Amino acid sequence: MGARSLRFRKLRWKGIPMTQASAFTHAPEPEKYVAFEPAVNDFSTGFGPDENAKPSYAAIREHPDFVRVRRRLTRFIFPVSVLFFVWYMTYVLLAAYAHDFMARRALGSVTVGLLLGLSQFVTTVVIMLWYARFTRTKVDPEIDRLRRFAGED
Amino acid sequence: MDGEPLLNIGIFVAIVAVTLFVVYRVSSRNTTTADYYAAGGAFTGVQNGIALSGDYLSAASFLGIAGAIAVHGYDGFLYSIGFLVAWLLPLLLIAERFRNVGRFTMGDVVAFRMRQRPLRAAAANSTLVISAFYLLAQMAGAGVLISLLLDVRSSGGQALVIVAVGAVMIFYVLVGGMKGTTWVQIIKASLLLVCVLLLTVFLLGKFGFSLSDLLNRAAGNNALGDQMLQPGAQYGKSETSKLDFVSLSLALVLGAGALPHVLMRFYTVPDALQARRSVLSATWAMVLFYGCTLVIGYGASAVVGSKTIMSAPGKENSAVPLLAFSVGGSVLLAIVAAVAFTTILAVVAGLTLTASASFAHDVYANVLKHGRPAPGSELRVARMTAVVIGLLSIVGGYLAIGQNVASLVALAFALAASANLPTILYTLFWRRFNTTGSLFSMYGGLGSCLLLIVFSPVFSGGATSFVKGVDFHLFPLNNPGIVSIPLSFLLGFLGTVLSRDRADEERSDELEVRSVTGIGASTS
Repeated sequence: MGARSLRFRKLRWKGIPMTQASAFTHAPEPEKYVAFEPAVNDFSTGFGPDENAKPSYAAIREHPDFVRVRRRLTRFIFPVSVLFFVWYMTYVLLAAYAHDFMARRALGSVTVGLLLGLSQFVTTVVIMLWYARFTRTKVDPEIDRLRRFAGED
Repeated sequence: MDGEPLLNIGIFVAIVAVTLFVVYRVSSRNTTTADYYAAGGAFTGVQNGIALSGDYLSAASFLGIAGAIAVHGYDGFLYSIGFLVAWLLPLLLIAERFRNVGRFTMGDVVAFRMRQRPLRAAAANSTLVISAFYLLAQMAGAGVLISLLLDVRSSGGQALVIVAVGAVMIFYVLVGGMKGTTWVQIIKASLLLVCVLLLTVFLLGKFGFSLSDLLNRAAGNNALGDQMLQPGAQYGKSETSKLDFVSLSLALVLGAGALPHVLMRFYTVPDALQARRSVLSATWAMVLFYGCTLVIGYGASAVVGSKTIMSAPGKENSAVPLLAFSVGGSVLLAIVAAVAFTTILAVVAGLTLTASASFAHDVYANVLKHGRPAPGSELRVARMTAVVIGLLSIVGGYLAIGQNVASLVALAFALAASANLPTILYTLFWRRFNTTGSLFSMYGGLGSCLLLIVFSPVFSGGATSFVKGVDFHLFPLNNPGIVSIPLSFLLGFLGTVLSRDRADEERSDELEVRSVTGIGASTS
C-alpha cells in the first residue's frame, strides 16, 4: 500500500501543468496510462471550451489524481460510518438490555443512560465537524483541480 | 385545556396567510420541471438545510417525542437520539453523491447505470408507498391536533379541517412548486426552533439552570417516579418489546437518509458542496431541536404532571400544548398550536411534491414515454398528480382519524431503509451491482417490509391495531426493520452475484467520476 501511494505521489510531483485545460493530454509519462491512448480516450476531444461532448469518464476514472482523491474519501467515510453505527447500536443494546447500568446515578439525578444519550449528541457533532474539516482541507481542493482539468468552472 | 379556540384559529390563520403570501411572491418563475421539482437548484446550503430540518421535524417529532418523554421518560428520549444520529448517514455517504449524480428524483440515481424502465418503475413504487405512509400519518395527526387544540371534537369538524389542510397544501405545491414549498419549510422550521428554544430557556431558568433539579421534579410528578430517568419503561416489559425497540432503532437510524422527500432536498442546491452544507446546517438545527425536546419533555412532566397529561384528550400528544398553556397562557398555547399546524401543512406539501415528481418524472416521462415526453407535458402531469395525491390524502386522512400516528411514521422509516437504502448504497459504491440486484433489493425490501407489517400487531391483534376484532398477526414485532433491512441487503447481493447481466460500463465510469467530482453534473 505504501509503495503504491508513493508512486502516485511521485507522478503528481513530476508535475501535471495546472493551468491548461488540456493538461490531461500532456501527462508526463503517457505510455504508463492506458487511459491516455489517444484513440480511445483523448481528453482534448471531450474538453474543448465550445464542445458539448461528454468528458471521457473512463480516462478520468483511471487518472491517478482521481484515484487518489477517491481512495482518500473512501478511507474516511466507510470507517467513520461503521464507527458511528456500531457506537449507536451499542448504546441501543445497552438501553434495551442493561437497565441497571443505565439507571445508575452519575451526577445528582442525571443517570448514566442520560449521559450516554447526550454523548450520542456529542459524537454526532464531533463526526460532523470532523468530516467538514476533512473534506474542506483534504478533498475539496483536489476535486476543484480535477474539475478545472476537465474544463468545468 | 381552557385555550381560546378563536385566538388559536386567529394566530394559525395569520401564519398560514403569511406563508401563502410568500409562496405567491416567490413563485413568479415556476415554469420548467427544474423549477417545479428542484427550485432550479438555486437555494443556498444553509437555507436548504433549514428547510431540510423542516421536512424532517414533523408534528410527530414536535408533539410526539416531547410527549413521549413527558409520559414514558427516558424511552421517549431514545427516539430523539435515533432521529438525530441518523443524519450522519446522508452526510457521509449520500447527500453529495446524490446531488452530483441525479437531478430530480431518487430514480435518477438508482437507474443511472441500470436498465432505465424497470428501475424507474421500482423507484417510483417505493417512493409512492413510503410517501403514502408518511402522508397518512401527517393527515391523521392533523385530525388529532384539531380535536386537541381547537376544541373541534365532532368527526365532521375534523373532516372539515383535513379538507382545509389538503386545500392549502395543494395551493402551496401547485403555485409554489419546490421553491414555494421550501420557503414554507424555512418559515415553519424557524418558528419551530424559536418556539422550542424559548420554552427550553424558560424551563431551565425556572429550575435554576440545574438539569438535575428539573429531572427530580419531573420524576416526582410522574406516575413512573424515578423509573422515568432510565430506559425500559415503555420497551422493557418483555423480550419481544426489547427486540422491537432494537428493530425500531435500526429503522430510524438507517431510514432517515433514504426517505424520498429528504433525498429530493439534495437537488434544490447548485452543487455537492451546498448539499453537504445543507446536511450540516440541518443537523445543527436538529441537535438544537432534539436537545430541547429533552428539557421540554421532562419539563412538561415537572410542570404539568403525567396524570394531567394522560387525562387530556390527546394523551401524550397534549404534553407540549399543556406545558405551553401553563407557562404562557392562551397566547403561547395558540402559538404552539399554530406552529404545529404549519408543520403538518409544510410536511404534507413536501411529501406531495415528492410523490408527484416521482410519478411524473419516473413513471410518466421515463417509463411511459421512454424519456422523451412532449415539451411541457411532464410538468402538466406532475401538477395533475399533485392534485390527485392531495385529494387522496384528504380521503385517506379522514379514514385514518384515530389511528396510531407514531407507528405509521416509524413504518415509513422501516420501508425507506428496506426498499431504498441498500440499492442506493450498492449503486453508489459497488461497481458490480446490476439491474437484477437492484430489483431484488427494492422489491424484496419493500415487499417483505409490507408483508411483515400486515402480519404484525400494528395491523391486527393489538390494542391499537388498524383492523379491530380479528387477529391474524404472525410476526411478533411492531417494526419489521430488523428482518427486512438485512434481507434487502442480502437480496441485492444475491441478485447481483447470481445473475449475469452487467451494468452499462460507460455509465458506471460516469457514475464513479461524477459522484465524487460532480464533473458533468450541471450539463446533463
